Amino acid sequence: MYQYDTFDHQLLADRVAEFSDQVDRRLSGALTEDQFRPLRLMNGLYLEMHAYMLRVAIPYGVLSSRQLRGLAAVARTWDKGYGHFTTRQNIQFNWPRLTDVPQILQALADVEMHAIQTSGACIRNVTIDPFAGVAGDEIADPRPWAEIIRQWSTLHPEFAFLPRKFKIAISGAIEDRAAVRFHDIGLRVIRNDAGDLGFRVWVGGGLGRTPRVARELREFLPAAQILGYLEAALRVYNLHGRRDNKYKARIKILVDEIGIEAYRDQVEAEWHAAGGPTLEVPEAEIARVADFFAAPDYANLPDATVELARWRAADSGFDAWATHNILTHRAPGYAAVTISLKPVGGIPGDITADQMEAVADLADRYSLGELRATKEQNLVLPNVRQDQLHALWSALRSLDLETANKGRITDIISCPGQDYCSLANARSIPVAQEISRRFADRRRLDTLGPITLNVSGCINACGHHHVGNIGLLGVDKRGAEAYQLVLGGDAGEADASVAQITGRAMTAEEAVDAVEVAAAVYLDRRQDAETFIQTFRRIGVTPFKEAIDAAR
Amino acid sequence: MTKQIVTASRLADGRVLFRAPEGWSTDIRDALMFTPDEAAAAVARAQGEPTRVVGAYAVDVDDAGLPLLGRERIRVFGPTVAPYSQVEA
Repeated sequence: MYQYDTFDHQLLADRVAEFSDQVDRRLSGALTEDQFRPLRLMNGLYLEMHAYMLRVAIPYGVLSSRQLRGLAAVARTWDKGYGHFTTRQNIQFNWPRLTDVPQILQALADVEMHAIQTSGACIRNVTIDPFAGVAGDEIADPRPWAEIIRQWSTLHPEFAFLPRKFKIAISGAIEDRAAVRFHDIGLRVIRNDAGDLGFRVWVGGGLGRTPRVARELREFLPAAQILGYLEAALRVYNLHGRRDNKYKARIKILVDEIGIEAYRDQVEAEWHAAGGPTLEVPEAEIARVADFFAAPDYANLPDATVELARWRAADSGFDAWATHNILTHRAPGYAAVTISLKPVGGIPGDITADQMEAVADLADRYSLGELRATKEQNLVLPNVRQDQLHALWSALRSLDLETANKGRITDIISCPGQDYCSLANARSIPVAQEISRRFADRRRLDTLGPITLNVSGCINACGHHHVGNIGLLGVDKRGAEAYQLVLGGDAGEADASVAQITGRAMTAEEAVDAVEVAAAVYLDRRQDAETFIQTFRRIGVTPFKEAIDAAR
Repeated sequence: MTKQIVTASRLADGRVLFRAPEGWSTDIRDALMFTPDEAAAAVARAQGEPTRVVGAYAVDVDDAGLPLLGRERIRVFGPTVAPYSQVEA
């Protein structure tokens, strides 16, 4: 993975010193809250319902065991002993004291981490496929490009005060695991007919109160031209994006208002005026960055077919885990393992400091010291030898981290909701917990097959409810919590779709029942091996609506 | 007659505070009950303590002094989800 150079270290040292001074000046009264708020937000520090919240960037979700230990130390020393992995491959701490934040930032800098650009109207942490570099279906590794974009966008002076936040996602595989069509800009690594590497560029996707599936900005952009092109795309947005209304300030609204053709024309004109295709990331620089992500020296191993079959037959717990939580690895004899942070009745994405340290040890022992954070709020050990899967599973079991539910209905994505978040209209976590308990039975999970279920506590949609096969949106109904059930969302590039509303908002209890009804309709109506989303696409929302209404 | 209390966040650590007879308290049982006019005045006075509190506002409460809105009750008692439901003073 990427290693900081002296420039990176100096940049963080300067930032820690600067923010320490700003905190001192705020505490002394030299800075007002209005003056200080944008400064703390530039360092990922929010003021939430009960306390400050610090959002720490995990660049494109790639994390070393040493960094995970660093996060554990932050949780234990300055927070309440746990952290919360987010839907943007970051981690949040819910209880830091303002007076401790300079020390926390120093501790993060010591492990090459920070909270810069995790808030504010700037380019946020780039997100990618959590299986980058190891997935069997990968066209090219997106990590070097994510790192190149990270370096370009970090403290980019032109884009420090955009109309609104800006999110970029990259997928390098056949299957889109980065939701590229629900980002301000989505990049899909492809090869053209000549075999050249490039990006299909999507623009104007997003969730929130105005969900949009991104439109194609460019069918093929040669990979080396990415920064010049992004700069043009951002410049047009920066010039013409609305600043009069924060709800209309995202690039999706600009693209809506002027149309994709006009936006594309302006981007192309801007790009060509600045040099167009001649603006390339130097080949040597691409190679230098790519070297950080070179494949490790994998042992020459056969697939552990016989051992896996024996372990599966001997233990139904291992069998279920191996079925759900393992992805085919590009290297024979290896597997990419998802550690579910969704235990039955647990808080999606939460992990204790003790668990973080233990998982860091497991990453060292079984995964070449590397981990990934996923937008599904889980962790991934990307490089596990298949012949060590049973030992890893046993170790995870002793940590209560062996939940076998990746991609199943209990692998619930949930924002913190009104238990923590100032913006929320309703709680998310208790609803997620109840659904998790309701569907805990392993046979039910297997019967229902792949289903994504997302819970957001407000229309800002941090729980990505718009792209859940099943989504719940918390709303405020005359001062009481209520939940709207939506169905049919899909985050993947090929079938990207926004979920449809099934009816009026319900109580939490009714909403959980309605999820049961939706699951029952699917089981009743599915044909052959159809998944939930396939059945939904075939029969539409009406049968689900009718059954939910009838059950109320 | 609507009763209100005044709440804010403590600057140094963001913890929830309530306007009490002697300054501010982390314990809602210490909270002063106000009429809306009195509460508005207390909110305005909090602007004069910028190094102590942030974001003061008035909250409607019942006769027992507990907020009427669920959101404000969560602010008083902390997250409703175990095992992290204990709010430090």
